[in-house]
Amino acid sequence: MSEITEVPSPFCGIGTDDLTIKVDGLKISVIENGCAVNTPAFEQEITDTKPRINGKEVELSEAVSHAASLLKNTNFPVIGGCATDVNGMRGLLALADRTGAVVDNANFNNARKNILALQDVGWMNTTLAEIKNRCDVLLIVGADLEGFAPRFFEKYLWNEAMFLKNTSDRDIIYLGTKPSGNASTSPSGKTAQVFECATENLPEVVTVLRALVKGQPIQAENVAGISITDLQVIAEKLKAAKYGVVTWAAGALAYSHAELTVQTISEMVKDLNQTTRCSGFPLGGKEGDQTANQVCGWTTGYAARVSFAKGYPEYDPFLFETNALLDNGEADALVWVNAFNAKANPPKTSLPTIVVARSGMTFEKEPDVFIPIGTPAIDHVGHAYRLDNVVAIRLKKLRDSGLPSTAEVLNAIEKVLREESVC
Amino acid sequence: MLIRLTGGKVYDPASGVDGKQQDIYIQNGKIIDKPIGDFQIDKEYDLKGKVVMSGAIDMHTHIGGGKGNIARTLLPEDHRNDPVASTHICRSGCGHAAPSTFITGYRYAEMGYTAGFEPAVLPINARQAHMEMGDIPILDKGGYVLMGSDDYLLRMLTAKKDQKAINDYVAWTMQAAKAIGVKVVNPGGINAFKFNQRKLDLDEQNSHYGVTPRDILQVLATAVKQIGVSHPLHVHGCNLGVPGNMQTTLDTIQGIGGLPMHLTHIQFHSYGTEGDFKFSSGAAQIAEAVNKNKNITIDVGQILFGQTVTASGDNMRQHANHKHASPAKWVTMDIECDAGCGVVPFKYKDQNFVNALQWAIGLETFLLVDDPWRIFLTTDHPNGAPFTSYPHLIRLLMDRTFRNDVLSTIHPEAQKMTTLASIEREYTLQEIAIMTRAGAAKLIGLQNRGGLSAENWADITVYTDDVDRQKMFEKPDYVFKDGELVVVDGKVVHTKWGTTHVVKPDFDKSIEKDLRTYFDKYLTMKLDNFKISDDEITEDGRGSITVHDLNVAA
Repeated sequence: MSEITEVPSPFCGIGTDDLTIKVDGLKISVIENGCAVNTPAFEQEITDTKPRINGKEVELSEAVSHAASLLKNTNFPVIGGCATDVNGMRGLLALADRTGAVVDNANFNNARKNILALQDVGWMNTTLAEIKNRCDVLLIVGADLEGFAPRFFEKYLWNEAMFLKNTSDRDIIYLGTKPSGNASTSPSGKTAQVFECATENLPEVVTVLRALVKGQPIQAENVAGISITDLQVIAEKLKAAKYGVVTWAAGALAYSHAELTVQTISEMVKDLNQTTRCSGFPLGGKEGDQTANQVCGWTTGYAARVSFAKGYPEYDPFLFETNALLDNGEADALVWVNAFNAKANPPKTSLPTIVVARSGMTFEKEPDVFIPIGTPAIDHVGHAYRLDNVVAIRLKKLRDSGLPSTAEVLNAIEKVLREESVC
Repeated sequence: MLIRLTGGKVYDPASGVDGKQQDIYIQNGKIIDKPIGDFQIDKEYDLKGKVVMSGAIDMHTHIGGGKGNIARTLLPEDHRNDPVASTHICRSGCGHAAPSTFITGYRYAEMGYTAGFEPAVLPINARQAHMEMGDIPILDKGGYVLMGSDDYLLRMLTAKKDQKAINDYVAWTMQAAKAIGVKVVNPGGINAFKFNQRKLDLDEQNSHYGVTPRDILQVLATAVKQIGVSHPLHVHGCNLGVPGNMQTTLDTIQGIGGLPMHLTHIQFHSYGTEGDFKFSSGAAQIAEAVNKNKNITIDVGQILFGQTVTASGDNMRQHANHKHASPAKWVTMDIECDAGCGVVPFKYKDQNFVNALQWAIGLETFLLVDDPWRIFLTTDHPNGAPFTSYPHLIRLLMDRTFRNDVLSTIHPEAQKMTTLASIEREYTLQEIAIMTRAGAAKLIGLQNRGGLSAENWADITVYTDDVDRQKMFEKPDYVFKDGELVVVDGKVVHTKWGTTHVVKPDFDKSIEKDLRTYFDKYLTMKLDNFKISDDEITEDGRGSITVHDLNVAA
């Protein structure tokens, strides 16, 4: 039995690295600084340890060979999920390059809302330590911040800061969604201001807010139930802030063309920077989605929805969606990779299916090949990206489970195919 | 295996060999003296009439780190014009302004380069820089860690900590980030931008800390020298791109008081305010100052016409220039009380007066600085132009007729504002070899690289002599990396992995006590999780670390 301190988490997106974890054989218990996201993710037990072919337990080498044989003569396989560490993504991209596959991160439809805005206008963003030390006004658009990351307020807002005398004085403003708990109430009792509206009305609310920031005249008296006077107050607070931050969660902007909302927010932040400082801060980065986009970014030039079918990477944020390719009959095999979440099952398909996933995944329909793998940050070392894109965290190995890493499995499949192509 | 390269004309400035015909012997990846007695050659390359140099070293190229990946993600339209398919040897990817990692390695090697150094490694982003460089095949690599806008250093200066404490912090940061040099970008300016300052001159105070860029340059240049790092403090100065910044650059040279200092992409810092457009060349004055002050080295940051993307730690200046973005989209970030970045796509046009004169200023600088050991060939990839334009740039330097032909096509007012047409100098092959090989290895402090004498690693490039220097330098006959043949006729035939060059200067371990408190209180990562371990670079079986000696007085 051992106790490991300063354990970093790839699960919560905010790169928490102060967990204390007790390891007893294969059993893991978070004994300090756990939360509703991290504790269950770390503590989930190992069930399967043996790979299976059509439900029958086999040795790893056999499963690898069979997976390679299923992929060998495919024309347009899809590698979905893509939830793993940096080395796992490296292996995944090598396999995709070898097989002419599509690489598609499971969370891409959400990430796309940010990426389209980035690729259209760009943005001015910030990172966690800047928020912790500088942010005096935080505007949260359409997100439940503590639901997203339970310890966000405790760690990054109600702390001691280099440039704020009393962090309890920070202004917290919710626009759209109200918070699910009281984490946003400061230690001195200052509560957040909440201006609720229906999520699908955020586009017009945000547009009016941007207009007010720019000093445009608004004739209406309210928008989607929020009075213009209230929005004017928010606009003035952002303009008066020394270091305002506007945050959103692309996943929570659940309506079509939400990229336009992200774009409006990003443009508003740029407008504010004509006179003061303000930054955007997109929430995300859970279970490897930022990692997938980063590694795919440097390997191909594009974020993680890329096809290698033509021999070179092609990016299309719409056409190369896993479910679309399975549904419309274009794909001819599915590889599903998820090292973090045993509940993130592959989509239903009748195509040959290879699942390389966290031990414990259960299936309605047994895949052709299932290879249970270790989880980065638990079973092997690795790297994962935090939500703020800049910071990669070093993941520790906590126990000896003997489970292979994503990289080991995908590299082995790629190696079989490479050697066959040379012969 | 013993390899002989027979009869080539060797340009090896590190040994003073200037175009002499001689044989080179390679064994176990290294160059050796001609064996004594009987020996058997396992493989021979007949290089009669060929030009032989060591592998080229790019001492300032943005090939690893977050801002480059933002640039990639920002510009799918640029990649679409240059898709690169996989082969049975090479991975696929994209090229042009923000090439993918694998293509970066292949294309550098295909031009005869065998090493590249990322000049702006933010400590908090160093993992990413090393991971990206870890996916660049063939090349050796390394990074200069970026300091000077980090709140910890500025707090030390405000608290009047002594030079010894700063030396310890610099050495600690270099080890934590696995660096071979130290860079400062717009000294203190990235930090000042977070306090809403929009410019910061050499003697202007940070509004919160009261510290000036001059103070920062002084303590960092001193630290780098005292802890024994070979590469002088690598400085991206104040006021990048601002007309009249030539004076700031001259003041920066004077102000450093004889300490070793490398001024990077100096073209962007060599502007006067004369003429109808209040924008003129300061290259002559800058070159004169460089010629006079032997403690100064520079690289040029030449611009070449066409689409590229600028990616810099200098978010203060990048923000100020965002209106020039083409296409019209741009990104800045404030980063972790550490630094920042700014990414602005740019299209340099020969019919734009300012761009045309920038082009001429860079070339004037190359041609007016006398000592090729103190000037280096860069475009500040990708900021002035993608690195793939180096052969074109070499032709501009080596061929006056060609240079003047191009000059005659640029914006006519810019032609009137440059002395370029009257400059007769043409670089020699030996001078090119100094700038891109021997000089670069010496400047960075690389042992056993950049030369062709025994003990050097066998990084070797073989060219066919051609009066068209662009043709010559864009397609080497052979490139060897660590003795392995990786390129034939300008195409990769074999890939391998290069090493990561670092230095490990000593520091007083007790400084971690205060640093740990600072990390726990103000940062978002535990100190021990922040430090990069050697195995993070080596554990995948591809990377390796090469530690270079320090200049420590015996």
